[in-house]
Parts: sequence; structure tokens; C-alpha cells
Amino acid sequence: MRSAFPQLQDYLALSAQRFPDKIALVCGARRVSYREIEESSNALAGGLAARGVVRGDRVIIFADNTVETVVAFWAALKANAVAVLVNPLTKADRLRYLLADCRPTALITDGHLEGVWKGVAGAPHLKALVVSGRVNPVLRAGLSTLAAFDELLAEGVSQPSPPSLNIDIDLASIVYTSGSTGDPKGVMLTHRNMLTAATSISSYLGILEDDVILNTLPLAFDYGLYQMIMAFRQGARLVLERSFTYIAEVLKVASAERITGLPGVPTIFAILAEMKSLDKFDLSSVRFVTNTAAALSLKHIDFLKQAFPCARIYSMYGLTECKRCTYLPPVDIERKPTSVGIAIPNTEVWVVDDQGNRVGPGVVGQLVVRGATVMKGYWEKPEATARKLKPGLLPGEQVLWTGDYCKMDEEGYVYFMGRMDDIIKSRGEKVAPKEVENVLVSLSGIREAAVIGVPDDLLGEAVKAFVVLEEGAQLTAKEIQNYCQSKLENFKVPKVVEFMAELPKTDTGKVKKTGLQ
Amino acid sequence: MDLKSQIRAFITKNFYVPDGATIADEASLLDQGVIDSTGVLEVIGFLEDNFHLQIEDTEMLPENLDSIDRLTAFVERKRGASPLPE
Repeated sequence: MRSAFPQLQDYLALSAQRFPDKIALVCGARRVSYREIEESSNALAGGLAARGVVRGDRVIIFADNTVETVVAFWAALKANAVAVLVNPLTKADRLRYLLADCRPTALITDGHLEGVWKGVAGAPHLKALVVSGRVNPVLRAGLSTLAAFDELLAEGVSQPSPPSLNIDIDLASIVYTSGSTGDPKGVMLTHRNMLTAATSISSYLGILEDDVILNTLPLAFDYGLYQMIMAFRQGARLVLERSFTYIAEVLKVASAERITGLPGVPTIFAILAEMKSLDKFDLSSVRFVTNTAAALSLKHIDFLKQAFPCARIYSMYGLTECKRCTYLPPVDIERKPTSVGIAIPNTEVWVVDDQGNRVGPGVVGQLVVRGATVMKGYWEKPEATARKLKPGLLPGEQVLWTGDYCKMDEEGYVYFMGRMDDIIKSRGEKVAPKEVENVLVSLSGIREAAVIGVPDDLLGEAVKAFVVLEEGAQLTAKEIQNYCQSKLENFKVPKVVEFMAELPKTDTGKVKKTGLQ
Repeated sequence: MDLKSQIRAFITKNFYVPDGATIADEASLLDQGVIDSTGVLEVIGFLEDNFHLQIEDTEMLPENLDSIDRLTAFVERKRGASPLPE
């Protein structure tokens, strides 16, 4: 532990020193101690280094919420590499794009996702393809880079741990996010970015070492990842579930583990609110509930207050580019239920007009964020970076222009008013209409397509597609959706497909989406 | 069509199954990326509407729902069970 200038992985090392035998992670039937995670991640880091992963290399971790994913994240950092977690719902085309974009030297994944990664397994930049779960013997025989996860762990035990070479302005992680052009952009986050965000969020949530945090969000979703980082920072316990799909199972575990922290997104709380038998599960141990990704409705705030009477309820707002902008202190939730709150500790926010001048209370403009959580930029996308990172208060500093319309009240509380781009937020995940439209028009028989978000009780916004077919083409909505499912993550697939004779256009021939609903 | 075939037909028609013809009866639908937290609600709706069942929140467990085999057995159990007393 280099306490003066810590790096992210020092959180794990320190907790492993303080509480070696404490159960850090509960995942299905497995209960894993801090010591075990520290030792496994050291061994895997040694194994990765032995295979040629060096400082600054990207390591893609494409897997579910598993013990192996947790170990792989810390191992990548310990190997001085940059951890890139990728949602296991990702389909082959997008995975191929991500590999081409950041050219990782290692891909850590799982056997059950083989159908998705098989096509990129031979990418020339990959020095190690590490597979947990079932390893296909045929692939294995033909690919010298392929190693079983446990095998690489065993190899690494005899290796010296890689020396720590990074400094805290080096990258710890790249988180891919959907941009309005449809191509994913890699948000570059340094160790200092992530240390600052974890410290800031932990401080206002008041996370303690006896907390037990339930995480059902994908670790590839930055707020899911931060649950793990913050739990390990504090020496607390993380209960990791693969998803919220089998809700009775999740709640049984939550109750048995006496969870104290329940992070979620509005869709999760909407599902909970619809349950008839929530009271069959004892969730009385919960002391804090946090919401992010999209605003909580007043109805759901009321539900949470009723369902978790002893818990503090945090409504929060942020974006991957700075992790988190604001949080509403729980004491204010009655007074200002529609506000997303105040800047998180050690961050400043303000609202500007198109010229960059600060505007007064009540005036809607773009929210700007200043602080050490602001990303380093988008990976190899200088133009996109320049649109978001602009000169700040001090010479040479950069602040984040969020691209979100907000206003502030007299007391400095922020109200989210909408996005400047047309990104849809469905189930808490970002969906770029352009990406979905590109997939739609790639289907033979579709001439044009336009995609918008429409209000949906469960999803926040549902993806809706307007489609114009070519002469004589015959496609059903289901066929179109199935095609999209083969190309896109589930949450991007249009829930509704409407057929049109033509799309409304502007004088210049661009599709006019304002008329669509 | 027997019960299992009806369930298989619903799954392969309504969800993306990479290789519809060969998805194994015992394969985990979650592992295969076939269903997720909102997809499972569609499965529940299908079971309730088509087989006239009432499915409780507390039954939303992987052992009941996470493969074609398990779904079939679950529906059979539900159908065999006597209705709850009024």
C-alpha cells in the first residue's frame, strides 16, 4: 500500500491486510475472503504478465457478474493494465468493434459466451485469451493463446507479482458508452478519477466496513463496478448477483445476507413496486437505497419510503464521463423530490448558456462539471473529446460539458431537464437511436428507419422504431425484432415497431423526429 | 403440440436464440443471454395467459424458470396443484 499516492488496487490490498479472513464477496454458493481475492488477483496478474501483458495494455473482461470477473478486474490493474469491462449481453459485432477500438492484449471471458467471442479469438493483438467455465477442447487445441482461467491462476502463483509501475494519472479503466453517432466511445478513467469518485460517493453514502451491499447491476455498468470498488475500499461485503431477473431468488439472498445497501436503477424499483409479496422478504436490514441512471418518479420515491422505512434514500445523477455529478441528500427528498441534488463532495457544478456564460437560478442551460472525477477523454477520439472537455476556471484545466439540460434553484439544487442529444435511456442503459437505425436498415427489406424513445412505466423509456419497407418487402415486427436481437444488446431492441409509408422529412431531406411518437 | 414444444416455440419465437433449433432443453436461459429482467416478465405473461396459471412473485426463481425443461416442469407442477382455498 503506497498510502501517500494510492492506486485503485490498493483498496483491495489494504482491506486484505486489515481483514484477511473476512468474506469480501458472496456470489451464488461461493463465499470468498479478502485474502483469497488478493492472492488470486496477484496470481492472475502474474499469469497475464507472463503472457506478455505490460503497462498500459488494455485487458477486456467480457463476462457476467462472477468471482472470476471480480478477480480479473483487480488482476488487470495489478498487471499495470487498463481494465475494460464489457456487458455480457454484448453481441459479436459490437465486441469486434470494441476489440478493434482498444486492441487489448488480453481477453478474459467465459465459456458460455463462446458463440460471441469465438470470431475475435484469433485477433493478432491478443496475447492471452483466458476462459473461465467450460473450455472448448477443439478451440483450445487450435489456439496457443487460450488458457483456462484456473490454469493461468496456477501458472501465476509461481510467478513474481508484477511490480507496480503506474502513477495515479495512468488509466485504470475504459468504460464504453453509447454515443449519438452510434459508435461506442471509450471513456478513459485514471486511477485518480476513480479513487476520487469512490471516495466522494462513499463519503456521502456513509459506507461502513460492516455494510453488506447487494449488487445486481452488471459490473460492466460503471455504477455496478463502483459497488464493488466502494465495498472493497471500506472492507465491507459485496453480495453479487448476476442480474435482477429471478427476483425471488435475489430477494431471498438479500434477506439471508442481511444486506444494508441496495443500489438500483428505476426499472429495478419499478419491478419491486409491482410485487404483491415484497413483505414476504425481510429487508429490514437495509440502511441505504441509491438510485441512478434516470430520475426516480415521485410514485417510486413514495414506494421506497414505505418499503424501506429505516433506510436513507438517495436520488443521484451522473454520467460515465465523470461518474457522478450530484446527489440529493436524503433529508431533502421530501422538500425537493424532483431535484437531483447538489454537487458530490470535491466537485463543482454550474449551468451555462450556449456561449459558456453562467446563468442564474431557474434558467435552463447545460450543466458543467469541474473536479478530479472528470474523465481523461474518449479513447482515440479527439474530436468527440473536444466537444465534451473544454477550458475551465484555471489556465489549462478542463471541465466537462455534460450535454444535459439542467437548471438550478436559489439554493444551488440541480434539476435535470433533458438531454441535448437524442440518446434514449431504457432500463437505465443508454441507447443511441443511430446505432439501432443502422442495424434496422442493414436488414434487407427495410428502406428507412427512425428510432425514438417513448415513455414506459417499467423501462423509463422504451425504444420505438418507425420503419419504411422496400417495395414488395414483407417483414413482420417480430422478424425485425429478432434480427435486432441478433445484433444488439437486449435493451436496445425496439419494443415497438411501427410501419410507415414514409418518414416525415425536413426541407433538406433529414428525418424529422419531432413529429414521431 | 405438447407442453414442452409450446414453451420452446414461445422462447425461440419471442427471444433471440443464437441457434434456435438446438437450444438444449436444460440450457440456462440466463447463460444463453435469452432472457433478462424484463424478458422474464414476458415469459410469466405467456405462462399465465396460455396455461391459465397464477404465478406468484415468490415463484420467480431460476429453478422454476431458467430452462425449457424447468419451465415445463414448473407448468406441470402448477397445473397438478390443487387451487388455493378461497
